[in-house]
Amino acid sequence: MDVVVWSRIQFAMTAAYHWLFVPLTLGLAVVMAVMETLYVVKKDEFWKKAAQFWIKIFAINFAVGIATGIILEFEFGTNWSNYSWFVGDMFGAPLAIEGILAFFMEATFFAVMFFGWNKVSPKFHLASTWLTGIGATISAAFWEVITNPVAVSKFCHSVTSGWVTGGIFVVGVSAWYLLKKRHVEFAKKSMLIGAIVGLVGSGAVMLSGDASGVHAAEFQPMKLAAAEGLRDGGNGAAFTIVPGIQVPHMLSLLATHDWNGYVPGINDILNGYTDNDGNVIPSVEEKMYMGRTALDALAVYRTTDDPALKAEAKALLEANVQYMGYGHLSRPEDVVPPVGIVFWAFRLMIGLGMLIALVLLLCLYALWKDKLGKWNWLLWAAIICIPLVYICGQSGWVVAEVGRQPWTIQGLLPVNVAISSLSAGAVKTTFFLFLGIFALFLAIEIRIMIRAIGKGPDVEPQNS
Amino acid sequence: MLTYEFLQNYWWFLIALLGGLLVALMFVQGGNLHLGNRALSETQKRMILNSTGRKWELTFTTLVTFGGAFFASFPLFYSTSFGGAYWVWILLLITFVFQAVAYEFQNKKGNLLGVKAFRVALMVNGLLAPFLVGTAVGTFFTGSDFTVNKVAITDPSAPIISTWGNNWHGLEALGQYHAVLLGCTVMLLAAILGALYILNNVDDEGIQAQMRRSIKITIGPFLLFFLCWTAILLVKQGYAVSPDGVVSLEPFKYLHNLLAMPAVLVMLLVGVVLILYSLYLGAFSKSRKGIWFAMPGTVLVVMSIFFLAGFNGTAYYPSCTDLQSSLYLDNSRSSYFTLKVMSCVSLLIPFVVAYIAYAWHQMDKKKITAEEIEGTSHKY
Repeated sequence: MDVVVWSRIQFAMTAAYHWLFVPLTLGLAVVMAVMETLYVVKKDEFWKKAAQFWIKIFAINFAVGIATGIILEFEFGTNWSNYSWFVGDMFGAPLAIEGILAFFMEATFFAVMFFGWNKVSPKFHLASTWLTGIGATISAAFWEVITNPVAVSKFCHSVTSGWVTGGIFVVGVSAWYLLKKRHVEFAKKSMLIGAIVGLVGSGAVMLSGDASGVHAAEFQPMKLAAAEGLRDGGNGAAFTIVPGIQVPHMLSLLATHDWNGYVPGINDILNGYTDNDGNVIPSVEEKMYMGRTALDALAVYRTTDDPALKAEAKALLEANVQYMGYGHLSRPEDVVPPVGIVFWAFRLMIGLGMLIALVLLLCLYALWKDKLGKWNWLLWAAIICIPLVYICGQSGWVVAEVGRQPWTIQGLLPVNVAISSLSAGAVKTTFFLFLGIFALFLAIEIRIMIRAIGKGPDVEPQNS
Repeated sequence: MLTYEFLQNYWWFLIALLGGLLVALMFVQGGNLHLGNRALSETQKRMILNSTGRKWELTFTTLVTFGGAFFASFPLFYSTSFGGAYWVWILLLITFVFQAVAYEFQNKKGNLLGVKAFRVALMVNGLLAPFLVGTAVGTFFTGSDFTVNKVAITDPSAPIISTWGNNWHGLEALGQYHAVLLGCTVMLLAAILGALYILNNVDDEGIQAQMRRSIKITIGPFLLFFLCWTAILLVKQGYAVSPDGVVSLEPFKYLHNLLAMPAVLVMLLVGVVLILYSLYLGAFSKSRKGIWFAMPGTVLVVMSIFFLAGFNGTAYYPSCTDLQSSLYLDNSRSSYFTLKVMSCVSLLIPFVVAYIAYAWHQMDKKKITAEEIEGTSHKY
């Protein structure tokens, strides 16, 4: 395998691993902040102890999330140097805001939240807990801003999926306590808050997912076509639930918010089509020609001292720059991502997301009707949903990142041009190095977390 | 007023400030070196761990922001250095990654590796992180083995614009004695800062005696390395940039820079005096306030080093392979728009500094004691 493939594998592994920790951080941040707010408002020690328990779990998870976050930032430079040079200028401003506002907020108030119980006032501590969560949430945007052209909807989608993760995690752990008949009051109250946070997250995930779909249709139509396995598109396109089962017109409705909207398929994008606004989109072969023209013009513009030639090159570059990245492709089929992976990852994400939302809803119902003691199957389902929510989140990233191939920046910079000047051996070495470190950290984190959960909160007698 | 040149200089100023803060906050790394001190009891080591443990995220975040600021304001440096000096950055990264989890994991049951392994990780981070950062900055004055060709992006067969000239990918800097001298200086400075910080932050006479002893031992080598590095810097040739962008070697370039920028000279001298005074307070008086002089002194010295590297027509990231590939502020900066927007955002920095200072003050009003470490469940 060449350096491009190793760089992609390494980055994919780092991002996937990072995303094991970030969503739980985002979700637990809300749960523990709500609990501490209840403590400050009601002045009930129970909520303080409950918040402290979830903060302890948060802290175990938080450290690894930070560690993997810095690896991601460094890898943009170490393994994707051309990309860094290309985008530093574009993403500088949002990153400056994020660095100044979010990173330091998170770093400063985490210490107060964790160590400050006996050092600062309850209100200052509560503010610190909320600010840690807000800082962590905005920090998650780094990854969004830097990898997505439609950052806002993606940001909301990822953050609220973190609420689902945190919510179901709390519900699942509480279910385990209920099955064991330990910390019953704590478990029921935690489950209530976890289920509400998770359900709010689920609703927001659906809304932001819908916005992401519309954006994908506009800016990344190939990703949408791959996610749907849509070879040939058209007006009133059907949504495929699984191969052989379709909902007529649904894809058009979701992608364009129009019952009969036009959705291009993979072949349409390869061969060229006319979009819903009447714009003629050239075929990939034509885009490759225009891309090559743009690259040649850029070369002339950068090297010539002749003002006339420079002006001519500039005009040519401006006319073709939106397809510049296509000039680096060797054949039109290069723009098609691995369809099978994207198609099934999309279905896995949606299917698991709906299942988890259903379990959360049932947990709320069972709490309301006081059925939890009789519905052990639901408690088991909630526990099983903990690993499932991670599979769901990872599937979402597979859709987003595999679906965008071959582009690091849509239409401008394909992955094979975005890399650093390194040997495959060097990247292979760091890949296995990181793999070993990640595996070790994951094993340690899971062990420590299981022990902390096994020990339980310090809120009440164990058999109450 | 907001000319392109002003904005690029302003951002070099901010990067210098972040660099200065990063080194000053490396008291965390230096402090952790004392975890290996056999004269300290386990409780005393836990006190040190919890003292640095309440600040490690600030150092970590400053490192991230320092890298992010380079990425956004001088992206060509970020891509050239990170993609080229690969092994240096990866090594630095790994030490920080282990540091990040070591605090949380080391005293937790079920951590697989045991307490010692994580403490060793913290000490390795304490030695290597300041050394590598110092050595990397040292190459700002010695040069590195790379070429930059922006036209390469138009060539589908070889599109990478920054290319490193050897397979050591940055480790060759360990053979440049001048860069290594700076690395050692920063490492020793971090150790001193760590001792001064713990001296101030922990209420324990045994620890305080050990910190003062450590400062006394470290003063000599620190001053020796710093003076050697500075003396060589002032007499060596440097990388000058002409107004039309041609890079050439100029004898005594950094001495010329210092003389051409009296404000920088004053900054450097004030910084050195502050550090020396903090050393006196830490080693030879009963005061525990040395850290409050050492940190601003460090910031001033580091900033003046960055100014010497980047201002007054100087290539801050020189290429010894191809002089004309050297990076200077004009040829490696972001667009005017990006620099302008980021500059507006940077006006929030005083607000951020204010809340950090407030939170720090609130947390450190009560010094760390053995009773606290033995009594609370919220500790590392």
